[in-house]
Parts: sequence; structure tokens; C-alpha cells
Amino acid sequence: MSPEPEGLPARILELGEELRREGVAVGTSEMLDAFGVLREISWTSQEDFREALAATLAKSQEDRRVFELVFDRFFFRATEIEAARQGVHEEDMASFGELSPEELDALRAQIAAALRDGSEGAMRDLARMAIAAFARPQEGSGVIGVDVQRIRRALGLRAEPQPDLPPEDPRRDGVPREALRRFEALLRRELERSQIERTGDLPPARPLGDLDRALPSGPLADLAAVHRVVAQLRRRLATQGLQARGHRRHAHVDVRRTMRASLQTGGVPVVLKYRPRRPRRPEIYVLCDVSTSVTSASVFFLSVLHALHDTFRKMRSFVFIERISEVTDIFEHERNFKTVSERIANDAGVADISGYTDYGRVWSEFLVQVEDDLHPRATVIVLGDARTNGRDPRADIFAQIAARAGRTFWLNPEPRLYWNYGDSVIAAYEQFCTAFECWTTAQLEDFVRALARPGLTLAR
Amino acid sequence: MPASPSSAPASVSDVAAGLRAVGYIPGESTALVSFLATRLGKPVLVEGPAGVGKTELAKALARYLGRELVRLQCYEGLDEAKALYEWNYRKQLLRIQAEASGTGWDAVQEDIFGEEFLLARPLMTAIASEEPVVLLIDEIDKTDQEFEAMLLEVLSDFQISIPELGRVESHTHPVVLLTSNNSRELTEALKRRCLYLWLDYPELEHELEIVRLHAPELGETVARRLVEVIGMVRTLDLKKPPSIAESIDWARTLLLLGVEDIDAETFTETMSVIVKHRTDMDVVAERVGLKLGSPADVA
Repeated sequence: MSPEPEGLPARILELGEELRREGVAVGTSEMLDAFGVLREISWTSQEDFREALAATLAKSQEDRRVFELVFDRFFFRATEIEAARQGVHEEDMASFGELSPEELDALRAQIAAALRDGSEGAMRDLARMAIAAFARPQEGSGVIGVDVQRIRRALGLRAEPQPDLPPEDPRRDGVPREALRRFEALLRRELERSQIERTGDLPPARPLGDLDRALPSGPLADLAAVHRVVAQLRRRLATQGLQARGHRRHAHVDVRRTMRASLQTGGVPVVLKYRPRRPRRPEIYVLCDVSTSVTSASVFFLSVLHALHDTFRKMRSFVFIERISEVTDIFEHERNFKTVSERIANDAGVADISGYTDYGRVWSEFLVQVEDDLHPRATVIVLGDARTNGRDPRADIFAQIAARAGRTFWLNPEPRLYWNYGDSVIAAYEQFCTAFECWTTAQLEDFVRALARPGLTLAR
Repeated sequence: MPASPSSAPASVSDVAAGLRAVGYIPGESTALVSFLATRLGKPVLVEGPAGVGKTELAKALARYLGRELVRLQCYEGLDEAKALYEWNYRKQLLRIQAEASGTGWDAVQEDIFGEEFLLARPLMTAIASEEPVVLLIDEIDKTDQEFEAMLLEVLSDFQISIPELGRVESHTHPVVLLTSNNSRELTEALKRRCLYLWLDYPELEHELEIVRLHAPELGETVARRLVEVIGMVRTLDLKKPPSIAESIDWARTLLLLGVEDIDAETFTETMSVIVKHRTDMDVVAERVGLKLGSPADVA
């Protein structure tokens, strides 16, 4: 690799190291591939360079997203520290002194216009001017994020419409959110740059937050993501069941069919026929909390319920807040998820007066409704946060339910850390059932794996 | 390992131009990764939503490189016998019967496990081929993990071990594309051996170019409007968002109807070309139909 500058292989290795720190699985073979592709690609074209590295180092869409962020940060920092070492400085913008209020207003309008038109080239220069005009180093808070927001406010940039501004002002209808986000990123970058120039040193690298890492998405995309995972779950459930059936050896000889088959061989039973083993058809009872304390989780839970209904034929679902209501029919006759959630919100009639969950009452009502149907082959699943709002948890009734059913599971939408704090009484129920933490789709998959495994019994 | 094929393109822009010439308009990263695949001889894992041209890319590559396309369509329960090779046991039986009298078992055994009785399935065909080929393993996520493990030998060393015959090594280096709709997480081991390419729905301008390529008679303004509407439809939460193939179908439909402009009325009439679920149709009619407005507004 003679044509490349000496530092490049070392930089690539550092980049790989940084990707590993952010949780991307970069193995030695990936690094070798990366060097392999760099032999084919000229490193002087930035786009090709980035794409080629991405194709070898990031092997899923999530990894790709992390790669983009790390790549930007890494090479930005590497360039800046090199510039600082070699004493290359950007032309000092702060030198154009105090601006008069009129000039500041003109600058504001210019920036807003650039954002509205989305002219990328002008934005960077304007960001530097804005910093020079509004963020003098002696006033800087030292925290870049705070400074960025301060400058944005000083510029009067908002995504929401500002009707009290004069009609010709470009900020009146609100600045496009996406452009505003880009402008903030530019401000941040320029501030970081000047900080590195000032101190001649890199600030410590900040690990990516979950927020940066997540794919950009709206609420619709989130719901679609849940549906996608749930569809995957269904597939997985189907194939898993098949596997389990294949591995188990049939034990019972079917005498009648063996005799019949033996006729072909003159009455000698050469081929033994086994009685086919019927796969156990699960009977599932699901109780789903739809109260306000689990609002954020209940959309997730309802879609889980929806998917379970598609998968299991013998299934009864109930929703509850203060009292319980059976919603099996709604799920069975309505395929559209949105309609289902609307109908549950409107007709289920589960809230009485306070709208707070009353687990004690829920258990007793549930037991009355299904007492005769519960048997050891049934599975009961509760989706809820076990927050009783100070009411009696009535774990004794729950114990009766668990005793009648074969298996009892609890899916709690709160992180395990918060369990049994405040009014959470999950410990009281946990002794009768298996409780799972369930607030991501990955945890849901863990649970489904447990559910499909027939051997799992209750820890009592 | 065999040397890289002589027909290997010299640069990324060559690949981009070549793919264009055979009727596939590649995005930037698509051309780059295709180039790397031909140069390095590594398989490419192509992921992305349904209908963004993953399979089409393999076909176009085969046309561009002037190679035969060998396609293995994956499905649940696909096994070695369907993917690699199988002994043609009927033929073997006939042979045994034909020689039944007088020949010793040893002689027959030598005979019946020869290449003559081997039924080559796609993977075997691709490896044993004299000419370099493009191998497309379509929808790899539909198979189970065991099959994936079996692929590892094929993909890293381009060879297949047959117990009765020995090893079959490839004479030439196939370009391998694996596609996945992401319905299952693939194993790390498989990903490790591949270059990764994520194909997403194309940008507006890019899709416009594709539509214009496939329906050149469609007017510029209508085509642009069509692509904009498709983009709008894709932002909705649908069971199946319209794919590129469906945009092209729609363009052809509009052409056939001689439509000058897309207004709410034409849209509702021809919507079924791009939206294929009843519930989706309701959503789309409600959200997009309204935005389009009446013919007068649009003009």
C-alpha cells in the first residue's frame, strides 16, 4: 500500500476500534476486508471512501446508522487536531467587532431565509457568522449544547409558526424542522472547531446516546416497527414449533396401523407405525392493563395481543383498568389494528370512577369469569406494571388463578430497576408466576421463546 | 482461489455506466459495492424493503458482465438436495437393472456414483460452470439457519464436498449476490463473509429517472407528479408500501389511459395498481386523495 499516506492504516484501525466501542461487531476479518477495498478505491474521493468502508464494516441498517455518526465524528476530530497541531487556523470571524442592532436583524433574516430555502452552502458561513455575532467566548457557558440553544434563541428560530411577526419575515410560518436540525448541527460543529483551536486539544469523545443512535422515526414508523417484529415473531414461532416436533421421538406404537402395514410383508411387522404426536395446542388467557400509568406501553401491548391472536387459535383476551372486560371478539372479527384500539378505547368500559388500576378487583372478576375453563394446560399472561395505587394487591386470589392454570407469565413494561419501588407490588405476584421485563421488541422475543418452549414450568 | 475474471471493470464509474446501459439505474453505493464485488470476489448481501430492485440488480449485473445468471430461490425447508446436488437414483436403478446379471457389485458401485448420475442444482451449477456466472441466492432469510451454515463453505471457498466424488472446486469466480427482506436476522458468520449493501426506496430524482427509463413516452410533468405521489404514499403506515416496480406499472397504466395530469379522480381510479391491500386502500384514499384535490386546483 505504498501510495497511501503513512497515517491512514493507523486511522482506519482507530476507526474500527471506535466502532467496536459503540457496539458494532467489527472483527479482524472485517478490518482486513476494509483494507482490501481501500486498495481498490481511491481514498481521495470522500463519498467512495465512506461507502466502501461502510460496505465492509457495517453489516446491518442499525450498524450503518452508527457508522455514519462515528465516521463523521472521527474524521472531523482527526482533521481538527491535525490542523491545530500544524498551526492552521480558520480566518478569525470574531474580528468584525460589535454589530449594530440593525445589522443583527439583517443577519437574523438572512439566516432564516437560508433555512427556509434549504441552501446548504450558505448555511455553514451563516453559522459561523452567527457564532461570531452571538456567542463571544467570554460569555460561552463552556457546554456546547447550551451555547447552541442560546444562539438559536437569539436568532429567534423556531419550528412552530410565530404569527406575531410581520408577514414578510421568513420565520413567520416556522422554520422547517429538518433545516433547523441541520443548522444546529453546523453550529455545534463550528463551536467544537473553535474550542479545539483555542485549547489545541480534543475534548473527550462522548459516547453516542440512545437518542442519536435510534433511527429517525415518527410514531407511525414506530408502530410499523412493532408490527414488523411481531410478524417476525409469528414466523419464528411457526418454525420453532416445527423443530421441536421433529426432535422429539415418538414413543407410542400404533398397533392398528402396524398390523395393517404388516399385511404387505405377510403378517410380519417389519415396519413399526407410531402414533403421531399431536402438538400441544396452547390455550392462552391474556390480561392487558390499559390504564394511564402504562399508556406508552399499552400501544405496544395491544399490538402484541393482536399478533398473538393471529398466531394462537384458542385464545381469550381481556383488558382491564378498574374492572375487566373480555375483548376476544373484537380481536377475532377485526383485522385492522387501528380499529381494534379505537373500539377498545370506546366500548370496553373498563374504567369506573377513578381510572386507576385495581388489581384486587380485576383478579376476582377474572376468576369468576373463567374459573370453570381454567385447567392445567392453560397459560395465563398478564401485561401490566403491577402498580396498585395503594390498593390491596390481593395476591391470594392471583395465587388461586396461578394454581389453576398450568403456566402464568407476567410481562412488565417497566425496567427491572423500578420494580417494587413506589406502589409497584410485582414481588407479591412474582412468587406465583414468571415475570419478564418487557419494554423492547428484543425482550418480547425472549418471552416468546420461553412461551414456545413446552418444558418450561413454574418456579414456585 | 481463482484469479479475478478478466472482464472485471476498471472503475466505479465504469460499473455505473455499464449498469445504466443495460437498463438499471444504480444509486451511488450500489455501483460502488458492485464494483468491489467484481474486484474482490466477495459475495454481497443486499438488504432492503420488497421491490427496490434487489433481484433486478443481479439480473442487470449478469447482463452487464455478459454472464449467465444462476438463481437459487430460497424458501422454508430448502435443503442440500434442492440447492446443491442430488443423485439421480432412478437412473442409477435402471443402470443396476440393466447390468444386473453377471456384473459384480464393485463394478456397479464404481459406475453409479459418477458425474453422469449427479443432478446439479443451482449452487453446484454455479461452481462447476466453465464460464464465470452471476449467482443469485434470493431471499436467503426465508431458509433456516442450518442452510445458512451450509452456504458458508460455498461462499468462502467456492467449493462443495461430495462424499462419493470428492471436492468440486470452482474453475471461475462467480459474482454472488444474496438478497434478504430482513424477515429474520442472519447469522454473524454469514454477514462476516459478505459485503453489505442496503437498498432503500430511491430518492425522488433517482426514481423519476427510473420511471422515465421504463416509460419514456410519459410526459415529464406527469412523471414527476407520479413520483411525488408515490413518495407521499410511502410515508403512510401501510401493510405494503408501493415498490419501484409498482411505480413503473402505474406509469404504464397512466400512459395507456392517456392521462395528462394526476388529479384526485384519476388517482382513485388507478390506485389499485400501487396499493394492494383493502385496508391500505382506505388509508391512501383518505390521506392522499384529499391532498391531490380536484382537477381545477391542480391546474
